[in-house]
Amino acid sequence: MVQVTYLDAIRQALLEEMDRDPAVLLLGEDIGVYGGAFKATAGLLERFGWERVIDTPISETAIVGAAIGMSYLGLRPVAEMQFIDFIACAFNQITNFVAKSHYRWGAPVPIVIRGPAGGGVHGSAFHSANPEMYFVHTPGLKVVYPATAYDAKGLLKSAIRDNNPVLFFEHKFLYRRIKEELPEDDYTVPIGQAIVRRPGRDLSIVTYAAMVHASLEAAEQLAREGIEAEVVDLRTLLPLDRQTVIESVRRTSKLLVVHEDTRTGGIAGEIAALVTESAFEDLDGPIRRVTSLDTPVPFSPPLEEHFLPNAARIAEAARDLARY
Amino acid sequence: MKSDPARQELTHEEALELYYYMRLNRSLDELLVRLFRQNKIVGGLYGSLGQEATSVGTAYALAKGDWIAPLIRNVGSLLVHGYKPRDIMTQYMARVTSPTQGKDGTCHFGDLKTHHVVSPISMLGDLIPVMAGVAMAGRYLGQKIVAMTWIGDGGTSTGAFHEGMNFAAVQRAPLVVVLENNQWAYSTPVNRQAPLRDFADRARAYGIASYTVDGNDLVAVLRIAREGVERARQGHGPVLIEAKNMRMLGHAQHDPAEYVPREMFDYWKARDPLTRYEKYLDRHKLWDEKEKAAIHARIESELAADLEFAENSPFPPAELAEQGVYCNGCHNIEAQWRRAKEELMPPKSAVTPEWTIKDFGGMETKPAVAADRSEQQHSVIEGAVVHPPQTDRKRKITAPGSRRARR
Ligand SMILES: Cc1ncc(C[n+]2csc(CCOP(=O)(O)OP(=O)(O)O)c2C)c(N)n1
Ligand SMILES: [Mg+2]
Repeated sequence: MVQVTYLDAIRQALLEEMDRDPAVLLLGEDIGVYGGAFKATAGLLERFGWERVIDTPISETAIVGAAIGMSYLGLRPVAEMQFIDFIACAFNQITNFVAKSHYRWGAPVPIVIRGPAGGGVHGSAFHSANPEMYFVHTPGLKVVYPATAYDAKGLLKSAIRDNNPVLFFEHKFLYRRIKEELPEDDYTVPIGQAIVRRPGRDLSIVTYAAMVHASLEAAEQLAREGIEAEVVDLRTLLPLDRQTVIESVRRTSKLLVVHEDTRTGGIAGEIAALVTESAFEDLDGPIRRVTSLDTPVPFSPPLEEHFLPNAARIAEAARDLARY
Repeated sequence: MKSDPARQELTHEEALELYYYMRLNRSLDELLVRLFRQNKIVGGLYGSLGQEATSVGTAYALAKGDWIAPLIRNVGSLLVHGYKPRDIMTQYMARVTSPTQGKDGTCHFGDLKTHHVVSPISMLGDLIPVMAGVAMAGRYLGQKIVAMTWIGDGGTSTGAFHEGMNFAAVQRAPLVVVLENNQWAYSTPVNRQAPLRDFADRARAYGIASYTVDGNDLVAVLRIAREGVERARQGHGPVLIEAKNMRMLGHAQHDPAEYVPREMFDYWKARDPLTRYEKYLDRHKLWDEKEKAAIHARIESELAADLEFAENSPFPPAELAEQGVYCNGCHNIEAQWRRAKEELMPPKSAVTPEWTIKDFGGMETKPAVAADRSEQQHSVIEGAVVHPPQTDRKRKITAPGSRRARR
């Protein structure tokens, strides 16, 4: 079987969904003739034509706005942000128009907004961000952030079929760095379900996206030292799979939350609150977090390395926690 | 009176129906003001006094199946499009019987299945790209629909307006945007919004057709709207219609509008759209006293019945607040296809992408035909003016790197 990259898994999901349903179409900047800045839509224009692969002006508000309008007539548009940082330009459409539409007047908005997020590629302050928490704070949206090629494909298919608006974050560091064999048949990964990537009894590391890989690397190291860390990949941030998180903490009694997003207002805070509310009795130590610094993403490699969490820092925090 | 051109423009039934909507819009507004003073309205009340002809005339130009997205002053457009006074009353009174069941107020409601109305959000400008998407989807599905939305003079200053107009223009989407220039955006006069005499001029930057019309002249508004809607439906791209009128009250009931010069109200009061339409009907003998009285009686009884309904409607149960954030099997979302899906599926859908660089990559479009405007005699301002899209103009390229320079 062939190995499929995270990036190609996304392209496959788009292609297969468009093959399945003519209501699915794409909007974005340079997605057609050029195939997308990262080639996530390569070849789709040739296959599906101008009407379904729409090269747009540089207008994020209009891209999301038009996707909303299309969805009201039963279409299922997938809008690409060339870099997810530019989603800020469509913030109003997303938080005020999209998220509140069904609640206010019963109009579902079955759209997907997807794009490359995350750092580690020296993209600097405007091509590296993890803006997911602006949207996790917005009832009415769903927010997905896969860590593997299998999940990227399965979750994107679920997102397209979902009757609610889904923001689909893709970690650009993972695009071409990870690959795996994918099933031949049509499969989906349900939105709202976390997964235990590695079982362990000593502490729980709850994380998502690229940090899943850093956490697994840390867990390997810890295992050699006799500490068994359980790694939970959230996969979906909204709605959050509270049960999987709480069950893991009940097993291990210790919680470390790791995310690449900046610290203040990151999902670690929400998870810490959740666990103290629901599993306080089970805790045997403080809740710890390893996150990026509370700064913009800096450019120069030593700065960015200092900014981002990594396996060594995760392992260090885990060791400290294991001592309780 | 067979030769009276006005009688050919409007059938007798249309003339009376238009009057019904004009009068209903006005009477409903007056009733809402009374309710506001009686403290029966929750929150603010935004009036449409003086702007009825624009709302009614533009929406009246649409056909069944077309989509609209009115703003909160476009009560008349909602009425023409099939909503009842009770819908607006219950919205303003926050009752469970309102279209949003009390989840939202004012004219912030809509319906995808029967009325084809997209609810506005307060953030001005955002509806333009959304309705561009509606127009594009209608075309994609083969429905031959037109999407219409409204924007104030103030709303045109937003980035969303620009992005939406431009995207609709490059897509040549069947979108009609009615720009209501009512001279004020809250307390900001129109000349502080943009240094333009005619806001329709904004259309030139998008290469689309536009019209300027006296928004207090119902018949002129309808005539221009029909032309614009037809243009859009025929695939000539979006249309911008600037209707000049006047917001005859403050921004909302709390605002006494002391910043508006009195003479300005006087000027526009003398051109009240409802009175003018009544005179028009008289002049062209399109009605008689009996018909007029019958319409008044009908409106009176409808409003009384709807008011009773609204006042007897309960507020929503508190727990309703928890419901409906997500759509979980709530709707079956199905596109209404009016064309063969096979056209859109491989291998039929496949095209070889290619760009033409003729005219330096500029869009090849047929110039709009400027219609003869001479017969628009009822306008106070200047009648209706049509502006063709600019694409027929010859491009002059003088920058180095042009062919001449390279040679
Ligand atoms: C983007 C945005 N900014 C500010 C407001 C607050 N606001 C509500 S109505 C209004 C004035 C609108 O003027 P105009 O577009 O001319 O419409 P009109 O009230 O005259 O009908 C303002 C500033 C808003 N609704 N949207
Ligand atoms: Mg105004």
